[in-house]
Amino acid sequence: MSKFPYPIWNFHMETMDKEVRKSLQSYRLKELVWYVYDNVPFYRKKFNEMGISPRDIRGIEDIDKLPFTTKNDLRDNYPFGLFAVPMEQIVRIHASSGTTGKPTVVGYTQEDIDIWSEVMARSLVSSGATKNSIIQNAYGYGLFTGGLGIHYGAERIGATVIPISGGNTARQILIMQDFGSDVLTCTPSYSLYLAEELEKKGVKRSDINLKYGVFGAEPWSEGMRCEIEKRLNIKAINIYGLSEIIGPGVANECLEQAGLHIYDDHFYPEIIDPATGNHVKEGEKGELVLTTLTKKGIPLIRYRTRDLTRFLPGECKCGRTHPRIDRIMGRTDDMLIIRGVNVFPSQIEEVLVQIEEVAPHYQIIVDRVHNLDVLTVMVEVSEKVFSDEIKKLEMIEKKIQQEIENVLGISVAVKLVEPRTIERSEGKAKRVIDNRKI
Amino acid sequence: MVKQVSVFLENRAGRLYDVCSLLGKNNINIRALSLADTSDFGILRLIVDDPDKAIKILKDEKFTVSATEVVAIEIDDKPGGLAGILSILNENEINVEYMYAFLAKIPEKAILIFRFENPEEVLKKLKKYNVKTISSADLYKM
Repeated sequence: MSKFPYPIWNFHMETMDKEVRKSLQSYRLKELVWYVYDNVPFYRKKFNEMGISPRDIRGIEDIDKLPFTTKNDLRDNYPFGLFAVPMEQIVRIHASSGTTGKPTVVGYTQEDIDIWSEVMARSLVSSGATKNSIIQNAYGYGLFTGGLGIHYGAERIGATVIPISGGNTARQILIMQDFGSDVLTCTPSYSLYLAEELEKKGVKRSDINLKYGVFGAEPWSEGMRCEIEKRLNIKAINIYGLSEIIGPGVANECLEQAGLHIYDDHFYPEIIDPATGNHVKEGEKGELVLTTLTKKGIPLIRYRTRDLTRFLPGECKCGRTHPRIDRIMGRTDDMLIIRGVNVFPSQIEEVLVQIEEVAPHYQIIVDRVHNLDVLTVMVEVSEKVFSDEIKKLEMIEKKIQQEIENVLGISVAVKLVEPRTIERSEGKAKRVIDNRKI
Repeated sequence: MVKQVSVFLENRAGRLYDVCSLLGKNNINIRALSLADTSDFGILRLIVDDPDKAIKILKDEKFTVSATEVVAIEIDDKPGGLAGILSILNENEINVEYMYAFLAKIPEKAILIFRFENPEEVLKKLKKYNVKTISSADLYKM
C-alpha cells in the first residue's frame, strides 16, 4: 500500500516532518507576539501586566508563558477592540452569539480569508471531495461562519458548490436528486432529518448520488455517525471549528475517521486542565486552547475554546502529520449548541428578567425530535402573571417566545408551568435539561 | 357578583385530583366548576361555598390562585332559555369572556355563570331587563 492512501490537498504542509513544522510554528509564534504587542493594545497591556516581553518568547515551547484569551475578553472589547488592523483592511465580519446577548465579533483581512479557504480546502479533500465534486452546502449562510467557510473551501478546490444554505428540506431533496450532489455539508442532526425525509418521500438510494458528508457545528457521537452512514449510505466526516479562531476548518477528520487533524501550522493546539490552566498529561482529556499563528484581522493568543477533547497518540494511516484530537467530548461551560447555534442559558434569563409578568424561574429543555433540536423554555407562572383567561396567558407565552427568538435567532417553545414545579437542587435551580442522546 | 376561584393547572396527571382532594379535606364544597384547557396548561374555575377559605388553603399549598368576579344568572330550564339571555347581551354589545352552566336545586331552573370584562357595567345594563341575578350568599348556600 502507498504511504498516502488518499488524496491530500496541501501535500507539503499536511505531511511536513514534525520537527520542521515545529520550527515553522516557533517562527510564526515569535512573529505573532510582536504583531499583537504592536497592534492590539489589549495584548500589550496584558503582557506588560504579566511582566513579559515578546523577546521572552523564543520558540513554540515558550507558549505557556503567554496569557490566555477568553470569550469574556472578546465581549469586553466588543465589537472591534481586539482587531489588529484598521477597518479598511477588514474585508469580512462574522459573529456568533455571546454569553450576554451581545455577539462575539470577528473580522477577516483578505489574507485571513485566504488562510480559511486553504484550511477548508484541506478539510474538504480530507473528507473525500475532489474538484469534480458537487457540494450541496446546507450550512447556513450569513453571520454564522458555516456556510461561507465551506463555500470558499469548495471553490478553492475547484468543486461545484451549491449554496443552498440551511432549511427548506423539500428543495434540498429536489436539488440533491436533480443536480446529483455527491457531497453534503450540514449539521449531523440535519443530515439525519434529511435521511428521514428521503425515506418518507420514498426516494430510492439509486436516485441520489451522495457519497460523503462533512458534518459539524454541533456535538455528535460515533453512534450517530453509524446511523447517518447506514441511512444515507455515505461516509460521514467530522469537521471542527469556531468563529473566534476562523470558522469551520480548524480541524477535520480524514477518511480513516480516526480523530480530527488540527491544521497546526495555522492553529496551534494545547490541551489544559480548565481548573489549573496547566497542560494535561499526554493523551488526557482537557480543554482545547488554540493560538492563531497566522491570522491578521483578530489574532488570538491561547484562546480558551471551552471544548473538551484529548490528543490521540500515534501516527495516522493517512500519512498526515498534523496532530489529531478526539471528537469534542463536552464543554467546560453551560453553552448549548442548538441546530448549530450557540445558546447560553444566561441569554434566556436576560430576556425573562425584562418581562415583568414572569418570575425568573425557568428551565431549558433540549430534545431531539425527528433529529432536530427542539428548545423548550419552561417558565413558572407567578401570581402576578396569572389570569384566568386562556387568551391572556397565551399572549404572555407568545411574548416570551418572541423576545427569546429575537435574541437567539432560533425558534423556541415556551411553556407556562406551576410555581415550584421547576426542580431546585440544593436551593439552586437546575437550568438546563439536555435530553438529546448524542 | 359572585367570587369565583381560578386555579392554574399544568396538564399533568393528578393535578385536578390534588386540588379537589385538598378542598375535600378542608370541608369545602364545590357548587360548580369549569375546566378550560390548552395543550400545555388548564385553568380550573370553581364556585365553592367558602371562596376565601379555599383561596387561602390553595395558596398555602403553593397553587397559583386568583379570585375572579363573575355574574350568576338564574334562567328557566327550558329550550331557548340560554338563547334568551344571550340575545339581551347581544343587543347591549356585551362580550362574554367565558361562561358555564349548571342545574340548580331549585326545580326547573338553571344557573349560568358569566365572566365579563366589566361586570359592574353589565349589571347596570341588565337592570332594566327581567334578569334574575343571584347573590353570592344565595349561590354559596345552594
